[in-house]
Amino acid sequence: MNEPSKIVKTIASIIFPFITVYGLYIIVHGHLTPGGGFQGGAITASGIVLLLVAFGSAEIAKKIKESHLSILESIGALSFISLALLGLSATFFYNFLAGSNFIFGRIPPFGSNPGDMNTGGVLPLMNISVGLKVIAGLSAMVLALALFARLKRGRKGVRKK
Amino acid sequence: MIYNIPYMASAILVIVGLYAVLFKRNLIKIAIGITVLESGVNLFLITLGYRENAVAPIYTNLPEGTSIPEGMTLPVPQALTLTSIVIGVAVLALILSFAVKIYQHYGTLDSREVRRLRE
Amino acid sequence: MNKKVSLIAFIIFSCILVSTALTLRPFGEPRSTEMDDHIIENAQNETGANNAVTSVVFDYRGFDTLGEATVLFTAVAGVLAVLRRYARE
Repeated sequence: MNEPSKIVKTIASIIFPFITVYGLYIIVHGHLTPGGGFQGGAITASGIVLLLVAFGSAEIAKKIKESHLSILESIGALSFISLALLGLSATFFYNFLAGSNFIFGRIPPFGSNPGDMNTGGVLPLMNISVGLKVIAGLSAMVLALALFARLKRGRKGVRKK
Repeated sequence: MIYNIPYMASAILVIVGLYAVLFKRNLIKIAIGITVLESGVNLFLITLGYRENAVAPIYTNLPEGTSIPEGMTLPVPQALTLTSIVIGVAVLALILSFAVKIYQHYGTLDSREVRRLRE
Repeated sequence: MNKKVSLIAFIIFSCILVSTALTLRPFGEPRSTEMDDHIIENAQNETGANNAVTSVVFDYRGFDTLGEATVLFTAVAGVLAVLRRYARE
């Protein structure tokens, strides 16, 4: 199979930072606008898949290794669980940052207001950890599917990379 | 009867997906049928929580004159639909990876030929 | 014989689905809304977020999100275990 032409590679490299910034914006502003962890993570993962389609899986496999992606996904999952366990003074999953003056603790006024980033309690941190988990998980799945297809078999039962 | 169009659309999606699962032999077509069936169920779940002439339940820059509990749609079915969509993605990924492995081992994707338990 | 039985069962099931879709409640009038009214009114006070849907997903019903994260993790682990490449000597 021929490798993709120069036009495809150039346009994909130009448009990839915009997709990443848009996806991270939707993850971080999950408590003010429609969006959140799962939606923004899917958008950013589709940006990585665009790079994979444009450049071919052999080149991308040199830059992104599967072990790094699995470390990122485990960090996301463990931080989600530890944020839930930190509120154990009252109950599991207690929102211990809303109302306190630590980091995200303002209460917005009732009714329509332009959104303030400082509100939300423990919700923005949970959005970020779930978004990291979804990005790493979806990219690892598509990378594994793409790399499996270019395997060659020698004798029956012996596979070479 | 003209106001039940979303329920009719969800029923049509479920019927089309069920036809693809029951009467087709290619494994990829069965996977597509499972996805269409799951989309129909998600559409039904999210149309259960609608009110007449209501806006989304988000307080940032509300339009003028929306009454606070009665002018907003219900947020709980939307949250349940989010979870259901993610679970559908996970099921589809596992189905496709098994289909790739079956094709590499048997050489065909016909569901009547791949029913031996041991090669 | 098998195809005829499944075809008849499929037609009966699709007739039941279409007749149910035509006789449900009219679209846009939910039956009981006390829980959702309480969530919409008190979501800004108790959780401090402007978005009622995100506060339902992560605060009022956080256990469902925990189960969903577990399902996603298991699916990724299953795909990476099935599609494994390894070079023997």
